[in-house]
Amino acid sequence: MNKKEKTRRRFLQYGAGLAGLAVGGIGTARGQTAESEAAQPKNLRSYGERSRFEKTARTFGDGSPNTFTPLQDLDGIITPSSLHYVFTRGITPMDIDPQQHRLLIHGMVERPLIFTMAELKRFPAVSRIHFIECVANTAPTRGRAEEERVQERFGKSSCSEWTGVLLSTVLKECGLQKGASWLLAESADRVTHSMSITMEKALDDAMLAYGQNGEAVRPDQGYPLRLLVPGWEGVRNVKWLKRIQVGDKPFMTHIEIGTNASLRKDGKARWFNIEMGPKSVITRPSGGQQLSGPGFHEITGLAWSGGGTIKRVEVTTDGGRTWKDANLPGPILPKAHTRFRFPWNWNGEEAVLQSRCTDERGAVQPSLLELAKIWGVEPSYFRKTENSVIHFNPIQPWKVNRDGSVKNAIWEV
Amino acid sequence: MLFGKSKLIRRLLALVPFCGIAMLAQTPTYNLGRAPTAEESRAMGYSVDPMGKGLPPGSGTAIDGAKIYAQKCAACHGSAGEGTKAGPRLTGGKGTINTAQPDRTIGSFWPFAPPIWNMINRSMPVGQGGTLKPDEVYALTAFILYRNEIIKESDVMDAQTLPKVQMPNRDGFIPAKLEDINRLRCRIGTCP
Repeated sequence: MNKKEKTRRRFLQYGAGLAGLAVGGIGTARGQTAESEAAQPKNLRSYGERSRFEKTARTFGDGSPNTFTPLQDLDGIITPSSLHYVFTRGITPMDIDPQQHRLLIHGMVERPLIFTMAELKRFPAVSRIHFIECVANTAPTRGRAEEERVQERFGKSSCSEWTGVLLSTVLKECGLQKGASWLLAESADRVTHSMSITMEKALDDAMLAYGQNGEAVRPDQGYPLRLLVPGWEGVRNVKWLKRIQVGDKPFMTHIEIGTNASLRKDGKARWFNIEMGPKSVITRPSGGQQLSGPGFHEITGLAWSGGGTIKRVEVTTDGGRTWKDANLPGPILPKAHTRFRFPWNWNGEEAVLQSRCTDERGAVQPSLLELAKIWGVEPSYFRKTENSVIHFNPIQPWKVNRDGSVKNAIWEV
Repeated sequence: MLFGKSKLIRRLLALVPFCGIAMLAQTPTYNLGRAPTAEESRAMGYSVDPMGKGLPPGSGTAIDGAKIYAQKCAACHGSAGEGTKAGPRLTGGKGTINTAQPDRTIGSFWPFAPPIWNMINRSMPVGQGGTLKPDEVYALTAFILYRNEIIKESDVMDAQTLPKVQMPNRDGFIPAKLEDINRLRCRIGTCP
């Protein structure tokens, strides 16, 4: 028996003793101890694990440690913390000692302040459910489209309940100087990742988050502290947050003036295109899955938008000829994954399934053709270009074949 | 004293129309955190803004930079800035931005020069950000600008000259003016 195992045994014995005490008021002490021990499942852990029959997992993209969320296997709107996507552009996630971690706020403030984690946790806290989505999520891929599942195409979006202090609360403690209109959020990671945030966002719903789904933020999500900018591109939700510098203009980090500017065909680039547009996807049935046969199948999926709450999701099962409203059983929350469901009887013939969503501002998820029109290109441009295409949110078609197999049909419609 | 107070009151009254901002200038509510020590501030560092505000004293040329580059940068970025698997390309791409194969590099795409200084100073070499001296950072910045054919090999880069360097793609961005970005930026994910 190794040391770990011994400790676990001791804990189980101790736990059984406590269980006996807890019901001590009823029955005889002797009988209870025996019963409590018998009621303990053999593999009960102090930190629980899922059933050994459950295998769903994140998949690693090219060049780990990037991982994708298995949206096809999830239900409801929350992504389990263990399955949250990670896209760190090559940085190995860190596990920082919270006792040693500090957050400095300085620059154009009346009072520069430095905070311990314990101090940040003493501020009035909020808990809010929000998605985080990588701006490269669902970007067009060349070559592999046929095999792509929802996990590879859409798995760089996850949704958690985040807990922390609103950034506005902490900025009020520092006091802003006249003209303060932007801030820089900087990470303690190896490349000192940093991004600019507008003061408008900082004073609206930005959060200094230390909690994720009821426990501490996971190391690969920025433990012990990350910035949360709900609805904005994932890269701005700076992990392992250590420094905030207030200024009067955007700081123009290499991501802002490089990869994340949307470059048009005419050579002009739209920079600071920050909010994630409306997006939805059918997660079941979806690419790589197999329908057991004709008959009833519930279509289900997720919709979200950086622009607020999802107002409507429509589904088509005939390749776009007719669209019907899907059910939104709720919860329907701003800047959060929203579950939709749609009853469907499959007649066994070829079918193309698609969903499209509308957010509270009236923004509608575009078709591939509509998106190409906005870009001023032919749809084939997205398949061929060497340009990095981000904010790519077209309606996603899944084709159900007669044999029940389901394939990605993004380029077929 | 009395005069001082009434001046303060007048100032506060002037802020009333901007009550959102006035609220943020108030005294602290929770009194959590403390002022950083000089040592803590130094250790945490400071970012230079895109116009060069915050650039420290010091200077360097591409000639000085070539030696430091060979020692500390070439392993990842290649001996001439051509890039390797470990680090992105720093040069080239001239004239490709409005073609079907745009090649975004510092020289072909970045609109300002001070962010080059800031990136090197804060983040380079990877894992050792903040260890280069200001002179070394100026020299490396000069070397990259020279290799992109933007400045001459002997041009001295310092807090005065660096912000004045004209980057070829300065007019390549929408919205063009920094002060317009938050007002005019795309807010629905996709814009023409």
